[in-house]
Amino acid sequence: MTITEKILAAHAGADRVEPGQIINVWVDVALGNDITAPIAIREFRKAGAERVFDRERVVLVPDHFAPNKDIASAEQCKVLREFAKEQDLAHYFETGEMGVEHALLPEQGLVVPGDVVIGADSHTCTYGGLGAFSTGVGSTDLAAAMITGEAWFKVPESMKFVFRGEPGPWVDGKDLILYTIGRIGVDGALYRAMEFTGPAIDRLGMDDRLTMCNMAIEAGGKSGIIAPDDVTRGYVDGRALREPVYYTSDPDARYAAVLEFDCAEIRPQVAFPHLPSNTRPIDEVGEVVIDQVVIGSCTNGRITDLRRAARVLEGNRVARYVRCLVIPATQEIYRQALREGLFEVFLDAGCAVSTPTCGPCLGGHMGILARGERAVATTNRNFVGRMGHPESEVYLANPAVAAASAVLGRIASPEEVVS
Amino acid sequence: MKLRGTVWKFGADVDTDAIIPARYLNTSDPAELAKHCMEDADPEFVTRMRPGDIILADKNFGCGSSREHAPIAIKAAGVACVIAPSFARIFYRNAFNMGLPIFESSDAYAGIEQGDEVEVDAGTGVIRNLTRAAEFRAEPIPPFMQQLIADGGLMAHIAKRGS
Repeated sequence: MTITEKILAAHAGADRVEPGQIINVWVDVALGNDITAPIAIREFRKAGAERVFDRERVVLVPDHFAPNKDIASAEQCKVLREFAKEQDLAHYFETGEMGVEHALLPEQGLVVPGDVVIGADSHTCTYGGLGAFSTGVGSTDLAAAMITGEAWFKVPESMKFVFRGEPGPWVDGKDLILYTIGRIGVDGALYRAMEFTGPAIDRLGMDDRLTMCNMAIEAGGKSGIIAPDDVTRGYVDGRALREPVYYTSDPDARYAAVLEFDCAEIRPQVAFPHLPSNTRPIDEVGEVVIDQVVIGSCTNGRITDLRRAARVLEGNRVARYVRCLVIPATQEIYRQALREGLFEVFLDAGCAVSTPTCGPCLGGHMGILARGERAVATTNRNFVGRMGHPESEVYLANPAVAAASAVLGRIASPEEVVS
Repeated sequence: MKLRGTVWKFGADVDTDAIIPARYLNTSDPAELAKHCMEDADPEFVTRMRPGDIILADKNFGCGSSREHAPIAIKAAGVACVIAPSFARIFYRNAFNMGLPIFESSDAYAGIEQGDEVEVDAGTGVIRNLTRAAEFRAEPIPPFMQQLIADGGLMAHIAKRGS
């Protein structure tokens, strides 16, 4: 069996499961945010439910339009707060403790290797970086799980992606996943589990692993996963609130497809509007003048990402008339960046540093684009209107490319800025 | 059940931001969401479509976010059903949970044009283009999903199981 099949079997109380089989599993964590949880809570009440299945395992994070961007958003966040109080939820995160959910849950040890996690947010697939099965669902599925502690799934086929070779100095997990999506398309892994493996993955730190699994959904994947190893153990030790279970795929596990990539041939990637699969190597972007840069999000708002951006911004200034927004994804990352002196670098360069929020990534608030404006963002989607006006444009890239672009006022390689 | 309406044709990879832009997600009121249905794909869709009309799209309809607001907006706008060669996974699941009929058909897209009159037999999965006298077939709905629909959606299914 694959690691995905093993985790699902263990949570279905079965010895083995086969792709295509419909199973009922118990979930270790059920997650909602300020956009999706209000609908789930309404469904929860409509069903006549009184208590959540486990106050430790229903997690609510108001992060999308929080800190409250307007009255309607404030009302939605209030729905979460009131529900958390009523149900005495152990893990509700108020602004001040709140972080972008998919950076926050691994950091706080709320998700551990071997878990099954569902979240009413498509980027819930992020936790595959820890060796957990996690996937996004809608609010109604979340409501059902909040009541029963269970969810139904069709066991996905798995696709294996083997990364060999040594990536170049400015190539990180973001480039590997953008490259992959560029190769297979936005539905290239539709309904499937994407398993990332190979020597180059073994060498990746946890932040990059989370970045890669985060964007599995952008290839249509049900989940992304990386088998846990010493890097995983090093990350989880001292954080995990529950006992991790470490699964790996069997040597004879079956895959719907196996793709091999040589990282030495992968250059920093930029996904052009309006699909994450519309990728080009940095050397082929041409002259694209920009108005805004966003460094943050559940994809690239972790400490490693901020360090990479700071390395490029250090001693440089953001180009005139360009806004560069840096959004550490959690309070812990914010504090760490402050301690390491990264804020000095960002402020000296002329960046705006924000409290954690999903904000501009989905065109919510804190950095909306006007008609015709262009942004380079370390986020995950560049759909029409994603960051603001339907005639604005988003280009997806890694944090170093985003930082270099801020300095030069056009999409640029870090090699042009750092000697 | 037979659904009959005029077709609105969209391209491939229609994402949930096009179906219902995040700038309107500070509410989950179906009537509010319906006002902005498909706004970033076709700003005139909402004002020109009539209840009972049908959305036809190319592959991977509903990709992107998990927002249930997407099928809610489509359903509340009065769209009878969505036909596409494939749907993004979370959208597919949400549509069933919401009771929005969707049909996977590999050949309907090529044989139906914007403005055609189409009839869908939800029971048999037969899609008829009344304008061009052509017929297509939709993928059968998996038995488990049929059970969900028969029970009246996911929440009713759970209530029925008594858990």
